[in-house]
Amino acid sequence: MIRIENLRKTYGKIQALCGIDLHVPAGELFAYLGPNGAGKTTSIRILTGLTRLSAGAAALNGHDIAAQSTAAKRQCGLVPQHVNLDSELTVGENLDLHGRLFGMPAATRRQRIAELLAYVELGDRVHSLVKQLSGGLKRRVMIARALLHNPRILFLDEPTVGLDPAIRRRIWSLIKQIQQQGTTIFLTTHYIEEAEFLADRVAFLDSGRIVAVDSPTALMAGVGHWAVDWVSDAGLQSAYFPSREAAQAAGAARHNGFTLRRVNLEDAFLTLTGKKVATDANAQTVHGQGHGAHAAATRNPTGGQAKKGH
Amino acid sequence: MQGFIAVYLREMRILKRRFWRQLAGMAVSPLLYLIALGYAMGGAARFDGRSYLEFLIPGLIAMSSMTQSFGIATDINVARFYWYIFEEFQAAPIGNVAYVAGEVLAGMTRALMAIAVILVLSLLFGVRLHYGPWLWLAALLNSFAFAALAVALAMLVKSHADQSMLTSFVITPMAFLGGTFFPVERLPQWAQKMLAVLPLTHASEAIRGAAFGETPGVWPYLILVAVGVAFFVLALGTVNQARD
Ligand SMILES: Nc1ncnc2c1ncn2[C@@H]1O[C@H](COP(=O)(O)OP(=O)(O)OP(=O)(O)O)[C@@H](O)[C@H]1O
Ligand SMILES: [Mg+2]
Repeated sequence: MIRIENLRKTYGKIQALCGIDLHVPAGELFAYLGPNGAGKTTSIRILTGLTRLSAGAAALNGHDIAAQSTAAKRQCGLVPQHVNLDSELTVGENLDLHGRLFGMPAATRRQRIAELLAYVELGDRVHSLVKQLSGGLKRRVMIARALLHNPRILFLDEPTVGLDPAIRRRIWSLIKQIQQQGTTIFLTTHYIEEAEFLADRVAFLDSGRIVAVDSPTALMAGVGHWAVDWVSDAGLQSAYFPSREAAQAAGAARHNGFTLRRVNLEDAFLTLTGKKVATDANAQTVHGQGHGAHAAATRNPTGGQAKKGH
Repeated sequence: MQGFIAVYLREMRILKRRFWRQLAGMAVSPLLYLIALGYAMGGAARFDGRSYLEFLIPGLIAMSSMTQSFGIATDINVARFYWYIFEEFQAAPIGNVAYVAGEVLAGMTRALMAIAVILVLSLLFGVRLHYGPWLWLAALLNSFAFAALAVALAMLVKSHADQSMLTSFVITPMAFLGGTFFPVERLPQWAQKMLAVLPLTHASEAIRGAAFGETPGVWPYLILVAVGVAFFVLALGTVNQARD
């Protein structure tokens, strides 16, 4: 559905993408994970026709993005990283214009707008001015807009950035639903847990290069299953183990506290790139001082998987 | 065709929301010129055998149709650099012609509104001129050319500040020198030759001729058509440049 071959992009001297090769089959939910400046947005902008590529090629559902750009654009819906709605117009007007741009007949347009606004639970906001909506509502309008013309591929550039956890979860389930209806989804994120929760496959992107592509489970398994974190003079350290027992034993050997937890995608990313994914929710270890080798409660940002060390 | 309608309709919906503000904005500067130059200062002066007010009003029509149609450049830039709405058009399966034509028509619509405002003002000042088809044709061609130029420049600039620079260095001087406030014939030969390069000079000439009930010469119209086509083609080429 998405085929990318040796895609390169340079901005002056900056190499934003240094030769990306990727194939995303139909129906897959694919996540692009990488730190700030990795080239996630650049990739999406090139695929959706907002930015010109410097070298290489890409095709969407068989349509080359350069030679058959109009056909390629018909395949995709885009939710960009920043809000790009017309704030002076109403929600309905924004969607209506989008439908017209994609050549939808009036009756279909009206029907799809009603359908999609109901889908993102904004049925009562058709006549609201966009500038009166909160950030989370705007995101949902943008998702509705991107789906209006029934695209085969949905591009989501950091769909939940800046949203509170409850809304984020709602958008996640929305994204899952969209996939279940057969849409191929390409999303970028620097929230590890988002990729872990949503994606069938993840690509780690670092400085314009793909470092690894696989399912989250496989990527994590490559590192180990259990992790021990501890704080040393060099900062937060982690070690990975195939079993809980091995991890437990290694942790117990340290005397000023440790955290035992499941390996997550961030560990895989760290191991493969030696870098942290920039996120505002990096792991924090809370030490149980004075409890010897026993203590260590963990606040794990990935949620749900934190285990207490004994 | 649908894409063209979408682009135009978007501008019209925004215009509708800002209608009274926009209209007031269109009235302010012509009104000031009419009061300061036409009424207060030009009372006694005669230009081409007419009162200065009568001379000034066609000039203001030329000037406003230029500045208002060129004004879409600012809106395009705001939509591009601040609201990123331009990306909606870039990601849509529409041709460059649809986009450029939609924006140009929006610019022309604004110019027509501005002209209507001036006609109302001129009636208030008790000036009656000929507002026949030749005047409208010249004004439309003028606004077409400057709306197309606006789209082209809006695509080429890298920031909103560049846009303001262009307005200060290109549009404002032209607005004053292009036969709007004084007859170009009063200037020395060399200056007249230079001003003949400006499309606005020809628009003023045609609009003023038509307003005075003269049968207009064909040259100003041909020049405006040629300039308009050239700017339109330029605009078509620049839409791709706006992709970084
Ligand atoms: N228009 C541009 N002009 C120059 N350089 C750019 C431009 N857009 C992006 N870059 C550069 O390209 C690189 C990749 O940027 P990109 O926006 O794709 O990163 P990203 O992975 O989306 O990051 P983030 O997580 O911050 O959104 C960066 O080094 C960035 O500075
Ligand atoms: Mg980005």
